[in-house]
Amino acid sequence: MSDRYEILATRLDERFGEQVARVASSCSELTYEVDKSDLHEVASALRCEFGFEMLMDVCGVDYLTYGSDEWTTEDATETGFSRGVERETVILDEADTFPERRFAVVYHLLSLQKNLRLRLRTYTGSENPPIVKSVVDIWNSANWFEREAFDLYGILFEGHPDLRRILTDYGFIGHPFRKDFPLMGNVEVSYDVDKGRVAYKPVSIEPRTLVPRVIRDDNRYQADLKDRTNG
Amino acid sequence: MAEIQNYTMNFGPQHPAAHGVLRLVLEMDGETIQKADPHVGLLHRATEKLAESKPFNQSIGYMDRLDYVSMMCNEHGYVLAIEKLLGLEVPERAQYIRVMFDEITRILNHLMWLGAHGLDIGAMTVFLYCFREREDLMDLYEAVSGTRMHATYYRPGGVYRDLPDAMPKYQESKFRSEKDLKRLNAAREGSMLDFIEDFTKRFPACVDEYETLLTDNRIWKQRTVNIAVVSPERAMQLGFSGPMLRGSGIEWDLRKKQPYEVYDRLDFDIPVGVNGDCYDRYLVRVEELRQSTRIIEQCVAWLRENPGPVIADDHKIVAPKRVEMKGDMESLIHHFKLFTEGYCVPAGEAYSAIEHPKGEFGVYIISDGANKPYRVKIRAPGFAHLSSMAEMVEGHMLADVVAVIGTQDIVFGEVDR
Repeated sequence: MSDRYEILATRLDERFGEQVARVASSCSELTYEVDKSDLHEVASALRCEFGFEMLMDVCGVDYLTYGSDEWTTEDATETGFSRGVERETVILDEADTFPERRFAVVYHLLSLQKNLRLRLRTYTGSENPPIVKSVVDIWNSANWFEREAFDLYGILFEGHPDLRRILTDYGFIGHPFRKDFPLMGNVEVSYDVDKGRVAYKPVSIEPRTLVPRVIRDDNRYQADLKDRTNG
Repeated sequence: MAEIQNYTMNFGPQHPAAHGVLRLVLEMDGETIQKADPHVGLLHRATEKLAESKPFNQSIGYMDRLDYVSMMCNEHGYVLAIEKLLGLEVPERAQYIRVMFDEITRILNHLMWLGAHGLDIGAMTVFLYCFREREDLMDLYEAVSGTRMHATYYRPGGVYRDLPDAMPKYQESKFRSEKDLKRLNAAREGSMLDFIEDFTKRFPACVDEYETLLTDNRIWKQRTVNIAVVSPERAMQLGFSGPMLRGSGIEWDLRKKQPYEVYDRLDFDIPVGVNGDCYDRYLVRVEELRQSTRIIEQCVAWLRENPGPVIADDHKIVAPKRVEMKGDMESLIHHFKLFTEGYCVPAGEAYSAIEHPKGEFGVYIISDGANKPYRVKIRAPGFAHLSSMAEMVEGHMLADVVAVIGTQDIVFGEVDR
């Protein structure tokens, strides 16, 4: 990581202390985690004191199935590795509680005057529906990005002036980018001759996995080995 | 006196000037717009969710379909993010090819924009002129990748294949005289680089031609000068990027400020507007056409001198050549593994941003170490621009809505994703 970013990181640590926590990055990007109760305060300080005058992106993430695969490759049995795809069980999204760090909102900030980028992440999920404070009053560009995160993940933004669905159909039910929402969706539309109009009905396509999701250990990417080859 | 009430008007989604499927709900006071509420999402295909369900390489083709008038630039953003996560080095020749095609794509995009923008506010001829030159660039896409639009040419580690030695020619047919055929094929006798060089020689004259039609045109100026003025402060607040930001007088171009690939070795200028109105944004984009031509010229000169590999030599990520597979067991295994399972990307997250013709195109990938991305987020410049639509058209006439849609260079493939 370049010196400019290290200097910024030191300044951020000094200014915010316990409020923010730096996350290690493998590709020279500066990421900080912030508690959602401190988010608004930290964000406005970043804009006013650190010159991050632009918010490039707000991204919702659902960490529900992070690190799980459909194909076990770790231990072999006497018949070899498992051949079949272990299908994920579909978890219905009606639970009263979520894991505390299930959802995250990621903010990508950019400073034009200093030519620096910063990523800010805050976790949410302890409440149902998950909620974080809106940053629209700090950066107006957050408006549609937060609407999108609400639409796709069901994350509420407290203080947003106009939190409506944006990308999905009028009258859509559910939050399609959550990991427990099926890829095929729940409904399909077709022309109904009897009703004389286009009508919704339950989806008729069977979901199938073409390539199983698999996580493999690759020694080449281990941090200590990488350092050794570099010098 | 009778009370006059505002009325609400629906614009689109099936309207020739809506550039696709924009639906605008306009609250009108006479012919003046009081409030605008854009409805988007009619072209939503859940590209990001689809990308989560397939190996990394299989989503490159989806990227073409985002902003379907600047295909290779979208691919570029995506493969850069993967390369960042993998820590993969790209051969120099591939970097030059990518830069060259990024600039060809920029010209493609701006020609489409210029033609459509002109057509929307009453200049039919520009559209025809722009599409004449666009056709040559489409031929370049076809020559290098096999398809005119959805190229899938960039791969993590480089590009799919080297530039072809011969340019495809027009075939004889009963509708074309021999003389016509000769004229059409005149520039296509040599290699692809010869054809590109010939294009860069004649293109500046074409840009002059567009400018004679528009730049000093009284009607064009009446329709664009002082329309939708955005101050530099507002432009930053609203998350503008690319020509929209530069039109407001902020000198910011990722190719200069945060150079990727070989942009730091190339000589070009960044045009900046003054007033932040539609006319300035028009001037910025037209100047970008000229600057892109300059970049392409330099790339052609370099590519002529420096042959070499165009894709990284790491067969854990890049598929081996078909010829090698025939005699080499290891290559066969690599090929089989790559096409049945793909490659695993180390856990982590990366955001890569490129200077897309429309602005900052960012791809944010979270990987948990699997052969599929855990989350892909596409930061489309058009999405941020369109969100400011309400502010930009407020107080303007209904006819200016079309000018604003044009100046924002909206393409719904990337707005709705």
